[in-house]
Amino acid sequence: MANIAMRGLNKLLKITFLLSILVTFSNAGAFASSEESEGGKTDYIMEHIKDAHDWHLATIGHTHVTIPLPIILYSQEKGLDIFMSSNFYDEHHNHVAYNGYQLNSHGKIEALDGNSFLDISITKNTASLLISAILLFAIFLSVAKRYKQAPNTAPKGLQSFIEPIILFVRDDIAIPNLGEKKHAKFMPYLLTVFFFIWINNLMGLLPGAANLTGNISVTFVLAVFTLIITNVNGNKHYWGHIFNMPGLPKVLLPIMVPIEIIGIFTKPFALMVRLFANITAGHIIILSIIGLIFIFGSSLTGIISVPFATAMNFLELLVAFIQAYVFTLLSAIFIGQAVADDH
Amino acid sequence: MDLIIPEAGLVIWQTVVFLVVLFVLGKFAWKPILNGLKERESSIENALESAKQAKEEMARLKADNEKLLEEARAERDKILKDAVKAANEIKESAKEDALKIGEKMIEEAKATIIAEKKAALKEVKSQVATLSLQVAEKLLRKNLEGEAAQKDLVNDYVESIKLN
Repeated sequence: MANIAMRGLNKLLKITFLLSILVTFSNAGAFASSEESEGGKTDYIMEHIKDAHDWHLATIGHTHVTIPLPIILYSQEKGLDIFMSSNFYDEHHNHVAYNGYQLNSHGKIEALDGNSFLDISITKNTASLLISAILLFAIFLSVAKRYKQAPNTAPKGLQSFIEPIILFVRDDIAIPNLGEKKHAKFMPYLLTVFFFIWINNLMGLLPGAANLTGNISVTFVLAVFTLIITNVNGNKHYWGHIFNMPGLPKVLLPIMVPIEIIGIFTKPFALMVRLFANITAGHIIILSIIGLIFIFGSSLTGIISVPFATAMNFLELLVAFIQAYVFTLLSAIFIGQAVADDH
Repeated sequence: MDLIIPEAGLVIWQTVVFLVVLFVLGKFAWKPILNGLKERESSIENALESAKQAKEEMARLKADNEKLLEEARAERDKILKDAVKAANEIKESAKEDALKIGEKMIEEAKATIIAEKKAALKEVKSQVATLSLQVAEKLLRKNLEGEAAQKDLVNDYVESIKLN
């Protein structure tokens, strides 16, 4: 068993190593493209960090290798508009207007007539989100099948990799913070959030991949889920603590109640910022280290930069797990405080 | 700046996709997995518990066996002891009987000897008497062959039967 796990780990490390080398090259390609435009030497970093309407993989010479993505726009005047993002470019990769919309210099869609509209396009991040959902289904539905088909047997294959992590979430995150009796209700959320963040953190490390968990919209939604679950399940002790803190002189209530109400929101806010900042920062560091090669304009810099960026990629693998763990752990703690019997 | 402002489109997509993932995994993955884990844990616990019980049962059976063996051994010892005792008793009584019989036989022999002796003595006496008579007869005949001798004898008798 341990042997298999070791071999799996070994394989994983080899793949990671290859991927880190790949990411180094693809980032180099990304940099080369922005070097031509006079946008400065760090533009490509922001390009990578932010969302986009097409999936830019590489630029070879003057050819941009991109995957066009569907644009879905809705405005009250014009109704629903669905077309591919490639319509925004001409054959020389210059921005052109299409259907009354165009991409601005920040890569955002704007209406030519200035009307407001809702942009629910499948962006690079949305596409990545959908891929991660499919990946999650593929992994966990196949693992779940084994529990149904062969109950009470020793874990095998993917199951033996996933099971310790599920047990880790249950025994080290959920049960200590939520209690033996109450944890079962929140296990689906905690497991989903854990694996969602982890898988997306890892996918973000792939070369040319989207930076989903380093996007504030995504971490915002995840934090809102924790906020809702915490407050919907808050019992009378939780609310009592907010509106009538035990042992507090009544005169202080006008000060304490607003602070406690703000406290309801600061906790998930911290969750949102922590995940966003950690993942984005990791990406920026790797890209910056690679960028040094181009800033110094010498390929010799690569002797230091490439191993350094590779080492950072390994660190990011760890960060990917740690951030998933921290988000899940803090969610469990917040929910645990809301459902605790007395404290 | 747009790096830190959530975008409506992605927020909507993230919400929808996350809810779908949460629902699908919750229903089709986490539930069977967590139930399976719990089931397996309890089955392992049960197996360990029953193994412990079986071990205890074994120990109990072994103790019982030992006890039975011990009892059997004691029984055997007792039977042996009784047998030896019985044998001794039989031997003892046989000896006594033999002694008694011997004594009786000796006594009988003695009585027989005495009786035989008496009979023999009686025989001897009668024989002696017969012989004596015969000797006496012979002597008398010889002695009384002459007239003188007969006269003498008569005289003797007469003499001896003097009127006393």
